[in-house]
Amino acid sequence: MSLVSVNQLVRYYGSHCAVDRVSFELNTGDILGFLGPNGAGKSTTMQMLCGNLAPSAGEIRINNIDLLDKPRAAKLALGYLPEQPPAYKELSVDEYLRYAAQLHHIKRPEIGQAVALAKQRCGLSQSGRRLIGNLSKGYQQRVGIAQAIVHSPEVIVLDEPTVGLDPIQIREIRDLITELGESHGIILSTHILPEVQALCNRVQIINQGRLVFAAEMSELLQKQETGIFEVAFARAPTLDTLNQLPYVNRVSSSDYGRFILHTQNVSGERISQDAVENNWGLLRLIPTQRTLEQVFVELTLTDNTNTDGADTTTASAA
Amino acid sequence: MMILTIALREFRSMFLSPLAWTVLAVTQLILAWVFFSQIDAFFAIQSQLTTLPNAPGVVDLIVAPLLQVASIILLMVSPLLTMRLLSEERRNGTLSLLLSAPVNNTEIVLGKYLGMLLFMLLFVTLLSLMPLSLSVGTSLDLGKTFSGLLALLLLLAAFTAAGLFMSSLTASPVIAAISSFGLLLLLWIIDRGGEQADNIISYFSLLKHSAPMLRGIIDTADLAYFVLFIITFVVLTIRQMDSQRLQN
Repeated sequence: MSLVSVNQLVRYYGSHCAVDRVSFELNTGDILGFLGPNGAGKSTTMQMLCGNLAPSAGEIRINNIDLLDKPRAAKLALGYLPEQPPAYKELSVDEYLRYAAQLHHIKRPEIGQAVALAKQRCGLSQSGRRLIGNLSKGYQQRVGIAQAIVHSPEVIVLDEPTVGLDPIQIREIRDLITELGESHGIILSTHILPEVQALCNRVQIINQGRLVFAAEMSELLQKQETGIFEVAFARAPTLDTLNQLPYVNRVSSSDYGRFILHTQNVSGERISQDAVENNWGLLRLIPTQRTLEQVFVELTLTDNTNTDGADTTTASAA
Repeated sequence: MMILTIALREFRSMFLSPLAWTVLAVTQLILAWVFFSQIDAFFAIQSQLTTLPNAPGVVDLIVAPLLQVASIILLMVSPLLTMRLLSEERRNGTLSLLLSAPVNNTEIVLGKYLGMLLFMLLFVTLLSLMPLSLSVGTSLDLGKTFSGLLALLLLLAAFTAAGLFMSSLTASPVIAAISSFGLLLLLWIIDRGGEQADNIISYFSLLKHSAPMLRGIIDTADLAYFVLFIITFVVLTIRQMDSQRLQN
């Protein structure tokens, strides 16, 4: 049984369809990266998932409880950090987290402990008595995350949790997310693609309201060999010579006397052999890996020109 | 339970900003001055009153006018207090804390309403100390006094309900304040011009239903008017919150 199961979710704003038949699942231990360009429907999907918006059609089950039928029971298992941390600036961190704990039906005697744990996890132990309005952006973000985990929900939804943080804070938050991911299911929306590659075990891309890509991270990594190499030689041959190699499709020269070889998916061994035989003096041979960024750009750009994209859940990473 | 949690949070938060303190201080100061000048006026005509057969008492000449002025001041001030109830939360994005918590819209709205009502109760309690202090020097018609205080409290409860609804309509507190002030003022003066007392429009007037109570006449029809008024606006607010989840 999955923690979250979203089925054929649709959301209209007037006549504009912001989310179009999106379906996905989330299991315990999953960290699901949710990507998409601005305005693709990420935040709308997350808001619907957390009961802030009602879907026009479709079904959301959290912990196998229907969110629309029994919102109260379903929301108990849910922690949500919206794009803007929902923090009352006039409250102190302690007051605010106590309030959040109360709202999530934590029993009075257990509140102190829950708040202390959430603060400790988010590195706020020293800031309990400070006013949220006086905290820096990074700390306000931490308060937002603490608010989302104070009732230790099974599902945590984080909408761009590392926006506006400095590099060290980003690392801390990422460590926290990894730690949380071991015992919870996490949905993480972000624009920072390396972050997804570093944190998530699954990734899905939404574009113009449709899910255009969904894959396991490991699956994506396997398909990273692209047959493109960056090479450099001590005694470089001409472009033509390289072009006439049987396995080379296309060659372009790059900065610093480097070449980019587009091959028919050969291994680097062939190229190094040829280089030795021809005494070119191979200096560098780097297979270019296909990054998530390339997948992202390909999918979101092509779908802009070709709007009648096929299936909603095409998992193609070819 | 959740309603109470939200209400107490709302009540406490109000005193974390200078707004509530300022409102209490300014209104108390003005009303104290009114109270004082009414006492002064009473002394000036006291000797003539003794000659009249069925003379008005202290409550009629001091307390009733005081409460009348208080209700008009609060007509202007309460939109400033109620404007931020929902619209500021919407603007600051803090509403989503409540929306994604396991509480429903009814609990949110009632919590907010009760929190503000607690503040209004505090205001009426503070104000009531002025007339009650008169009982040190004279015998006070307590029935009339409490009838007047009840009228004021019901008026404030009605102002709060209308202000809460206006606050749910917009994400801008200023617009919420202006529109709830407009609504209240309209309902206040709506029976003007209708000198032929009993037409339907004038029945909606807040003034028409509060004036008898301020003079000490508690009519169930007036009570029913206030209860219906409050329920109507609270329910409208809940409906508005529901439809915002749908449309946004």
